[in-house]
Amino acid sequence: MCDTCGCNVTAGNHHLLEEGGRLARTPAGGESLAVLKGLLDANDHAAAHNREHFDRHGVLAVNLMSSPGSGKTALLEATIDALAGELGLAVIEGDLDTENDARRIRARGVPAVQISTGTACHLDAHMVHDALHALDLGALDIVFIENVGNLVCPASFDLGQHRNVALLSSPEGDDKPAKYPVMFRAADLLLLTKADLIEVLGDFEPQRAIGALRALANPAAAFALSSRDGTGIDAWLAWLRAALRQCRDGGMRPRPAATPRAAAAAGEAG
Amino acid sequence: MHELAVCQALIEEVEAIAENARAGAVTDIHVGIGPLSGIEWALLRDAFPIAAAGSKARDARLHLHRKPVTVHCNECGRDSAAAANRLLCAYCNNWRTQLVGGDELLLERVCLEHCAEEID
Repeated sequence: MCDTCGCNVTAGNHHLLEEGGRLARTPAGGESLAVLKGLLDANDHAAAHNREHFDRHGVLAVNLMSSPGSGKTALLEATIDALAGELGLAVIEGDLDTENDARRIRARGVPAVQISTGTACHLDAHMVHDALHALDLGALDIVFIENVGNLVCPASFDLGQHRNVALLSSPEGDDKPAKYPVMFRAADLLLLTKADLIEVLGDFEPQRAIGALRALANPAAAFALSSRDGTGIDAWLAWLRAALRQCRDGGMRPRPAATPRAAAAAGEAG
Repeated sequence: MHELAVCQALIEEVEAIAENARAGAVTDIHVGIGPLSGIEWALLRDAFPIAAAGSKARDARLHLHRKPVTVHCNECGRDSAAAANRLLCAYCNNWRTQLVGGDELLLERVCLEHCAEEID
């Protein structure tokens, strides 16, 4: 502990500090200043701004998070094929490098903005804000944000999305929610992708993955899906349509589960 | 990893506070971190000198305070301690709980030093 700023204050000597309220003198004559501010407040502020943009246009924003190679882009391709002509879609792609994913989306006639993060392992709200300027939200119903493939970092950054969708592909193993609790606790929907491989693999138990999700106190819907053979695609589309309805009814102003709630509450109290 | 980005946000915030208080230097920074914040303790510590270089906090000591994971049970109404990947009620084993602590990522306190003369 430090000897100068008063952090070694205990219940027994706390009254010594109270005279100055939140501001107390340190023995060395400096100031000790209570702050209680979230470290990601600047990002969260930008995220709230993004969410206002989406809300104003009645656009549902869905953040897709998973490891690299779990089938995010393949799911988007299948989604575009199924919803073409029914809903206006756009995709914001986050990758360290290349325009490969954006090209795959554009090839299906849907606008895609590629964010190249360089060495950054996640998208943040400012990057998404810049990307939004390249999209005509008035012409859209759903914007998908395909986050950087990573089960760790993206979960800490609110982007302004309405819903988080986590993908867990069967080759990754059914214990991933227990290994990466921050990410899977934030999910509003868990898709067990590459379901067509479950039979081949033999050791992936969807119920074990769902059990690990429940152990994170997460009540989110979860089901198996294969973009290749179409398993679960109807359930996914029904979930999307329901989320869009909720978004339009104005009943949904959700703080995504990823936003640290306890920290936010402490910040408000302070 | 994203700890450097978080550390840069921390330094920006601390610098603004020091600027506002017309302080010469930041001597101590106290941060509260819960295991469910997604921030790795050791990586944040490693990132700190890089983010702090050239700022008023360049010589500051970083104090990390670990926050416990606590859940509130929606069934029995009691609070209990939990593991980060097992957020069940310790009393009735129910999974329908709410997190009440453990996802903090908070700047809690900064200690400032006032210089007799400001030297840039």
